[in-house]
Amino acid sequence: MCWAAGLFVTLAAAAIVVFMAVKGLQYLQLGLLFQHPTAAVDQSKAGGFLDPIEGTIALTLLGTLIAAPIAIGTAVWLSEYGRPTGLARLVEAGVDVIAGVPSIVLAIFGLIVFSKALFSFLSISAQGVSSFGRSFLIAGITISLVALPLIVGSVREALQAIPSHVREASYALGKSQATTIRHVLLPSVRPGIATGIALGMGRIVGDTAIAIVLLGNTLENQPGTGIWPLDYLRGTGSTLTTYVYNNSPVGEGNAPQKAYAAAFVLLLVVLLLNYSVDRLARGSRQVTAWSR
Amino acid sequence: MKVRVPRIRGERAEWVLGALLGVILALVVFVFGNAWPSFSHNGLAWFSSGGNVQTQLGNIYHSPNNPAHYVYTLHAWPLLYGTILSTGLAVICGLVLALLAAVFLVEFAPPLLKRLLRPAVRLLAGVPSVIYGLVGLLALAPLINSNLVSPSFKLAVAPVVQITGTGLLLAVVILTLMVTPIMLALIADALESVPRSWLEGSAALGVNRWRTMWRISVHTIRPAIAAAMVLATARALGEAIMLDMVSGAYPFAPNPLDGFNFFLEPIQTFASAIVQNADGLFSVTPFPQTIYAFAAVLLVSAGLLSFAGWLVKQPLRRYGIR
Repeated sequence: MCWAAGLFVTLAAAAIVVFMAVKGLQYLQLGLLFQHPTAAVDQSKAGGFLDPIEGTIALTLLGTLIAAPIAIGTAVWLSEYGRPTGLARLVEAGVDVIAGVPSIVLAIFGLIVFSKALFSFLSISAQGVSSFGRSFLIAGITISLVALPLIVGSVREALQAIPSHVREASYALGKSQATTIRHVLLPSVRPGIATGIALGMGRIVGDTAIAIVLLGNTLENQPGTGIWPLDYLRGTGSTLTTYVYNNSPVGEGNAPQKAYAAAFVLLLVVLLLNYSVDRLARGSRQVTAWSR
Repeated sequence: MKVRVPRIRGERAEWVLGALLGVILALVVFVFGNAWPSFSHNGLAWFSSGGNVQTQLGNIYHSPNNPAHYVYTLHAWPLLYGTILSTGLAVICGLVLALLAAVFLVEFAPPLLKRLLRPAVRLLAGVPSVIYGLVGLLALAPLINSNLVSPSFKLAVAPVVQITGTGLLLAVVILTLMVTPIMLALIADALESVPRSWLEGSAALGVNRWRTMWRISVHTIRPAIAAAMVLATARALGEAIMLDMVSGAYPFAPNPLDGFNFFLEPIQTFASAIVQNADGLFSVTPFPQTIYAFAAVLLVSAGLLSFAGWLVKQPLRRYGIR
């Protein structure tokens, strides 16, 4: 029975990958990767998915850039300071709650909050009165909450794995706690940070709900106003996940071939991230020289 | 010994963390504040059954733009039922599968398969849900539609719902595939941390391998199994896009008395109802408030699950297993 279950899981994984690979390679042409999508009844004229690829990259970078510093700071504070114990408990519980909140709830929360005129600088707005509430910046800020708990967890685990005599050695040399963190602890948890970031990126790349609700779900990336990087980030767009959703039979596009091709590219990206997590996690085991 | 740090540094850190907590507080206050009218107008009837949810949502959407005549009437039982049904069945199926597969992985698998299974599990856990949805919708739904759905049943229920292959069965199958790897990874880790000497002691008493595994290992890691279930439930509960694709996405409460056809009837969960109606968030006040009521239910469940997760972690800490 155990054999059956184990084999079933292996076979299911293999079946999904093989199925996606066959379908993806069948419908994927190199041109699709470099063409802008356009709305057309005839699928051969509807273009490729250059914009969704760009969108995925932009959103992932943005989300990670926002989440990483906050998450690393939180993790360091939790494991090294954690002074008012009550606050530490609260923060811990808070991170746990964020991890448990469905991303669709985060999405509609973000939509309502960022539609307030106060945040109109983040998206396209009508004369600064009301805000559209959908842009790369807004989606990036909200989606960073998805990656946050993963990075916090992995950095914390790495910090706790460092034996206390390492810290004591640094204090004995007359270093302050801040210097110890900066020059001893953080360099040695680098693999943990990298693992957390890669995990978080995987979650952001695969997240659909926030991208659909907060990215405007436009076919092409439509820049807003402003100077170069800012106009792009204030504009709306799509990611590979929303592209797959929209081109599946339940979406508006209904072009299964395109959906298969895009899903295959998405799967490749996720596989790559998975592989890098694997490599980083394996690397971290060799680094801890003092644990011997 | 800890070196004293200037007080100011700690305080600055606390401000940042306070902001983080503020975000969570804002989330809770916002969602519940917006959801309240929907609950208070319906009372406990909100959770009961009665009428067609789709029609009720339509009425709310077209409610007159006058606070005195707002329409709030909603009996969301089909959504609640769909959520509980899909999540519960998927977690139970996934648990059986994950437990057996984990025992296999740790104890019985030959080294070659072991090397193969580990990445396979990690891969399954990392696949974006939209890809599961796509596979279910394009590959499995037509199969179910042509092999399991009888034309007479389809015809009989046509006035009420469309049966197209997407429905409870497909939702549970795909959701099971999605939550199994999460549980499998946790359970396998816990199984590996069971002290070798306990197993050897059992083996020395002449107990066979299977029984040792069951009575010693699986019983030792019960808290880890509970933790895995909590995590899987959270994942299944919040899954929106994938369920929107494979569950039929129609607020219908499948009737267990329908026999096998029970599994073919469409469902809709709270999360996928939010996705479907997200475009209406800026229409007349009652509609977004109803959507926020869905979100509030999810938020309460997520909070309860976090708490349950914390509870089951306590004995884990005591025994030093994870």
